[in-house]
This record gives sequence, C-alpha cells and structure tokens, in this order.
Amino acid sequence: MDHYYHRSHLPRFGEIAEGNQELADSFFAYYGKVFEEGSLTVREKALIALAVANTVQCPYCIDAYTTACLEAGSDLEQMTEAVHVATAIRGGATLVHGVQMLDQVKRLTM
Amino acid sequence: MIILDTIPRGPRATSSLSFRAAPLARPIEQLRLLDEVNVTGGPTNSGRFELDIASSGWPRLKPERLEIIQINLGKLCNMTCRHCHVDAGPDRTEENMDRDTVDACLSVIDRSGAQTVDLTGGAPELNPHFEYLVEECVLRGLRVLDRCNLTILLTRRHEHLPEWFAERGVEVVCSLPHYRKMGTDAQRGDGTYQKSIQALQRLNKAGYGQGNPDRRLTLVTNPVGAFLSGNQSSLETEWKAALARNHGVHFDQLLTLNNLPMSRYLEWLVETNQVELYLNRLLQAFNPSTIAGLMCRNTLSISWDGYLYDCDFNQQLEMRMEVPRPHVRDFDLDIWQNHEIRTARHCYGCTAGAGSSCGGAITG
Repeated sequence: MDHYYHRSHLPRFGEIAEGNQELADSFFAYYGKVFEEGSLTVREKALIALAVANTVQCPYCIDAYTTACLEAGSDLEQMTEAVHVATAIRGGATLVHGVQMLDQVKRLTM
Repeated sequence: MIILDTIPRGPRATSSLSFRAAPLARPIEQLRLLDEVNVTGGPTNSGRFELDIASSGWPRLKPERLEIIQINLGKLCNMTCRHCHVDAGPDRTEENMDRDTVDACLSVIDRSGAQTVDLTGGAPELNPHFEYLVEECVLRGLRVLDRCNLTILLTRRHEHLPEWFAERGVEVVCSLPHYRKMGTDAQRGDGTYQKSIQALQRLNKAGYGQGNPDRRLTLVTNPVGAFLSGNQSSLETEWKAALARNHGVHFDQLLTLNNLPMSRYLEWLVETNQVELYLNRLLQAFNPSTIAGLMCRNTLSISWDGYLYDCDFNQQLEMRMEVPRPHVRDFDLDIWQNHEIRTARHCYGCTAGAGSSCGGAITG
C-alpha cells in the first residue's frame, strides 16, 4: 500500500461488518434512515452532507456526496455555496476564538 | 426531403456524429464499445442483461399489453444536444417520415388497441405531416403526447403550437434538464434555458400546467453528466416551487430519466474516460423490481422509415424487433404479443435505481 486512501474502499464500506455484524447493521440502518426524505428533502440532506464532508476532509464522503448532490438535483453553484457555508463556519470558528486571545492579551498587558 | 434553409437554427452544444462521420455514428460501433467494457455488479456479475433478468425471475422478456405507440417522426431537430441518443440535429434532413408511412402508422394504431400515441424525434414538429398525424389521432379519441424540445415553440413556423395543442388536448412533454440555467445550457447549448422558460410561459398562457387534464404539461429531466437521476417525486416538489418562484412557471408533472450509454452521450463518456465508471454504476444500481414496468413491455416503437422496434433506444441502435417482418405494413398484434424483446447492455440504463422509461421512473 503506497498511500492511505483508496477509491476502491468506498464500495467496500460494508465489509466493516466482518469485525462486528451487529454494530455494522445498526449503523447502516441508522445511516439509511437519516438520509430518507423527511422534514428536510433528500437534496437538502445531501448538501449538508457535502458541506460536512468537506469540513472533515473525508475524500470518500466528498466523492459520495458530490455524486449524491448531483443525483438529487443540485447544481455546481448550489454545491459551491454549501461548501462556502462550511468554510465560513470553519473560518468563523477560528476567528471567534480570537476574542479569547483578545481578553488574554488585555489581561496580560498594560 | 426537407429543404435545409427552412430549418430554424436553435441552440447547440455539439454537432451530430453523423455530420462529423464519427465512428460512433454507427450503432454497431456503439454496441461493440459497450460489450468490451469490464463490468462488475448485477445479480450474475456477468454484464449480460439477459442473464441478469433471467436470474431475477424473467427467463424470457415478453410484452405485457400494447398501450403506447411511440412514433419517431425523424432525426431532424433545430437543436444539437450533448446527450442526444438519436444523434439528431439540423443536418439530419434525410431521415424523416413520409405521408405513406404516417398513414401506415395510423392503420397500425387502429389495429393495435393502444390508447396513447407518443410522438418523438428529433423535433417531431419539424416533420411536414406532424399536424396531420396529431389531428388524425385526436379524431380517434386517443391520448396524444408531443415530446417537445421547447425552443421549437419560439420559431416563427411553430409559434402557434401552444394554442393549437391546447385546442386538441395534446399533452406536451418537454425536455428541461434543470430548473436552473447552468446545467440546462451545458447539455443543450447556450441560450436554451432562457428560451425554454419563455416557451413554458407561452404554454402556461395557453392553459397548460394548471392541473387541467386536457392541458397537461410534463417536464422531463436527464442528468447532466455521469450519474443517475434522482427521486422523481422529491424533485418534482422542488422544481415546482423553484420554477414558480423564479419565473412564475407552472407544470403538472416531472419525469426523471437516466441517460442510456449510447450515441452522443456515449461519445461524451468516451471523451471524459467514464464509460466503465458509468456502465458499472448502472449495473451496481440494477433493480429487479423495475423489470415488470419496462416500457418495452407496453410500447411499440416505429422509426421514420416504418420499421418496428421494442423501444426508441433499440431503434437508434438499429436493433429491429425480432419478428419475421418488422415493418408497419406487416404489423400483427398477435405476433407482437408473443415476440421476445431484444436487449443489450444499454438496457441497464432502464433497470438502474428507480428505473427509467419514457414515462419516467418505474418504481416509487
């Protein structure tokens, strides 16, 4: 194995059941339920998943939910906006911690 | 023969394979290319459609009941879309149905007991006998569908059609890949989206898309790329809200179709090195519960030159119906009822996911 990530892992996700069938069954049943049409549409859920996938920087999830978003009827502009939402929150999360820094600086300095 | 100068020039995303004399213009090349792909998935993992349906309880694929006569009036079109399975375009002036064949189709309709006549092309409206055929079907009390590319309704010769259709209760089934501009123009050519919206507004003005069963407006979407179509009812809800909000456009029904790997869509897959990926995607999404509802089981497909096929895709692949004389002149309902439907690898497009047919998704 010359690198950690392999595209072929994604369709083999179900093999994780080898070590514990019951936990895998529970997880995949839950996973399937989460993505069913509900108060949010399948398309909206796929956009959230895409934004989260980019945030956790999971190449498997980015691959899967880029396709899922397209299949659910989103286009590139909508998907890009979803990724920017994740980016804004991620950047905002960094920046808002600056207030801790600010307070600390004010405490420590004259 | 139609005079080239009289054909309205619409948006184009490419040119026809036939015009470019590309190897893939030949159906035998398309079938060969698909057969050479390494595939995994499907019940038998063999990539052989007939084995996969056999192992799903269908050792023989036979018709159920003839409900729809789908007539392809010709390959002539004012547009040249990137994904067209007919390889239609403004240059296809030779392959268009003549009046004798139109009359032979009417005779088949009378003998068939089918209640729906589905007119397609190319742009079926460009055939000089189109209005005659529609009138004759309407007089017979049949449900008539016009598969319309929308932009044709803005051309001078055809701008009367929304009202003309409305007076006759013709159901208009329109292609629109997306409710937003980006995907639509990529697939169908620059400017298509704006023209399509304008044409939909004219159809709305003529009474279409307001829930009246005699003014039924259906939209059809194909994925703009190498992925499957989404959930039909979920998309319909979103499309209705978005088109109403953005353009004040209303429609009755959305149909989601998969792209079948053939003709210009196959060319795009080849160019982007995605033939194997897409075919495997179709196989891995093989859904046996779609088989009972496949359109080849209730539809007779007729080509511009009067030959008979199990569907419009087989027609474009020149896979004629497996009967002794597959022509409108020789149509026999009993023979149709008992013949075996021809399949090949492109058929995986109809059994993938929720299934795909000219009537949209096959299962929930």
